Amino acid sequence: MFKEIKEGFLFTLVTLVLFGLVYPLLVWGVGRIVFPRKAEGSFIRKADGTIMGSELVGQAFTQPEYFHGRPSGVDYNAASTGGTNYGPSNPDHLAAVQERAAAIVEREGVSLDEIPSDLVTASGGGLDPHISPASALIQVERVARERRIAPDRVRELVEAHTEGAALGFLGRPRVNVLRLNLALDEETNP
Amino acid sequence: MSTEIFAVIFILAIPIATSIPLGLYMARVFSGQRTFLDPVLVPVEKAVLKLAAVNAAEEMDWKRYSRALVLSNVCVWMVTFFVVSLQGILPLNPDGIAGMEPTLAFNTISSFVTNTNLQHYSGESRLSYLSQMIAITFLQFVTAATGMAALVAIIRALGGSGLEKLGNFYVDLTRAGARVLLPLAVVVALVLISQGTPMTFEGAARATTLEGAEQAIARGPVAAEVAIKQLGTNGGGYFGSNSTHPYENPTPLSNLLETWAITCIPMAMVVTLGAMVRRRRFALTIFLTMLALYIPLVAVAVHQELRGSSAIAALGIDQSSGSMEGKEVRFGAGASALWAVTTTVTSNGSVNAMHDSLTPIAGLMPMIGMWLNNIFGGVGVGFINMLIYIIVTVFVAGMMVGRTPEFLGKKVEAYEMKLASLALLLHPLLILGGTAIACYFWANTADPGSALAWIKNRGPHGFSEMLYEFSSASANNGSGFEGLSDNTPFWNLSTGLVMLLARYIPIIAPLALAASLGRKNAAPQTEGSFGVDTFTFGFTLWAVVVILGVLMFMPAAVLGPIAEHLAMPR
Repeated sequence: MFKEIKEGFLFTLVTLVLFGLVYPLLVWGVGRIVFPRKAEGSFIRKADGTIMGSELVGQAFTQPEYFHGRPSGVDYNAASTGGTNYGPSNPDHLAAVQERAAAIVEREGVSLDEIPSDLVTASGGGLDPHISPASALIQVERVARERRIAPDRVRELVEAHTEGAALGFLGRPRVNVLRLNLALDEETNP
Repeated sequence: MSTEIFAVIFILAIPIATSIPLGLYMARVFSGQRTFLDPVLVPVEKAVLKLAAVNAAEEMDWKRYSRALVLSNVCVWMVTFFVVSLQGILPLNPDGIAGMEPTLAFNTISSFVTNTNLQHYSGESRLSYLSQMIAITFLQFVTAATGMAALVAIIRALGGSGLEKLGNFYVDLTRAGARVLLPLAVVVALVLISQGTPMTFEGAARATTLEGAEQAIARGPVAAEVAIKQLGTNGGGYFGSNSTHPYENPTPLSNLLETWAITCIPMAMVVTLGAMVRRRRFALTIFLTMLALYIPLVAVAVHQELRGSSAIAALGIDQSSGSMEGKEVRFGAGASALWAVTTTVTSNGSVNAMHDSLTPIAGLMPMIGMWLNNIFGGVGVGFINMLIYIIVTVFVAGMMVGRTPEFLGKKVEAYEMKLASLALLLHPLLILGGTAIACYFWANTADPGSALAWIKNRGPHGFSEMLYEFSSASANNGSGFEGLSDNTPFWNLSTGLVMLLARYIPIIAPLALAASLGRKNAAPQTEGSFGVDTFTFGFTLWAVVVILGVLMFMPAAVLGPIAEHLAMPR
């Protein structure tokens, strides 16, 4: 019995080194050489190197001159992620959806049935960096008005930042909100 | 909409296509035959066995094999329990995370040692980088390899005649880990990095957003862990929000790869079985039966999620893009519904959408996946669970035609039936018994602010949250209806215990059963032999699984998701 216990422990230690240390270090080593920017976190930096965000991680936009992202169950806290975990029949969930929809009707001057559902529902991780193209388009008039530029120019920027489905059918067409807002900032304060 | 359905079919077809080459490769590895990866991987296998001083020539009978399995698991449990408890003073902890509290550490380590990966914590705030590597990533390899080793021993027994010895547990585990999981994981991890999954040892990044707010962005050695979490039917994510997090699953292509990685090994193991016992038609029958159970669940879930939430539609908001609460725009509702079913039939448990927010009937499909727990199933253990149903089917069919039941030329007798019944009945007992106890405690708590007030959604959905949690623990799945506040002593200890019972009894009882069959001498196949490779057998098996597996849970399903569905607006 003692021999069998010793065998188990020794095996644990050896495999711990292989799978817990050698394997991650191998992946890390190759990753940082081949994809250095992505392995680090796909950050967007200013000229001085400070991080403005990650192109993969959504951030909160509340000011009227920016396109807004989806609601977030964690307020875009990228150190503690999660969804709302509201069940489909939860009255609090439905009240929250209704309240967001009413705010959008007010802010964008659209009717209720023009609101795409991704703009009134929270994502799973609370960090969704994307909105649907339809959700971007209903915000165009407001952003153009706030920035005093032609709506057509803003619409062009939305189109330029719309990614199609991968291979034409995998995933949904989408707009990266941070990228789009950065392009807007470059456009209006060059 | 129709592109989404096409995408679902495409994503489904890939693991089916890869199951044949991968399954044949695994059969060669476990039979000790040459493979094209030997020049790289055989030295790794030899080094592990030599350094661990394993006597590779030792052949084990089923008792010794089971003992080695349990003992090695006790050892990894103790070592990793120490690591997470002491992580505060160990190195590689740039964000200064403290050690885990004992009941949470008990739950976490039991969860990962049993290949469940139920998580009552959020990785980004509760685990150091060292724990993520040498506790979590390490366990995700070893426990997956343990399940595969157990299946390989069972396959040898089923293929044997007058066989006493089932092989060497440590050799099988090393081969599964170093020659199957390791090369796949390296490739998947590197592709994930190419899509944007981080792999770094630097601490959380500080960003200043466009609106001038501070945003701390947690990161770490993510890619290595995500790869093995998907491949080993583990499912425990680096981040609390799992593969909904844009770092764990950045693009539709990473989503395709991760969905493939959930089922590629479970599907391929059916092919391995066919090759190793030299009964390809039998393996094909099982494969098709499993598909016939899997596809209806996928179809219902995808249909329900693409239809959207009728409660939100009743508010006057368009649902043409499907139900989007808890989902990511980049994947869409269809691919998320496919994932939800795939991850639960296979005992993986990773998520790319929040299951708590699925529409009621779509949320029932993952529960059915976990109640059956044998549709491809966990790496290794999925077929082991199906074996129990096969034995029961053979028995039922034998009774119907008035013949002694036999399986692969061996008589199935009282001893085998007792073991099969034990393994079969444990699962509903743990799920329904556990849920009943949880309901009792919950209902008898007057104070809604107390630690016992653990459900977020009242009414039938709250019942579903508790039912789902025990289903997930007993199926060694690990996904959750996360509205349940489960980091409390009650949930940590009860589900911890359920996971341990539900892991080892359904491995060891079938090992004993298969070993008993393996010891018997196979009768030669004749015209009158009991065919297990026919359409009739496949259909009978399908019916037994549906009737026994689903009906036991029907009353609970009615109280939870079905009641909620009926109360939704039309």
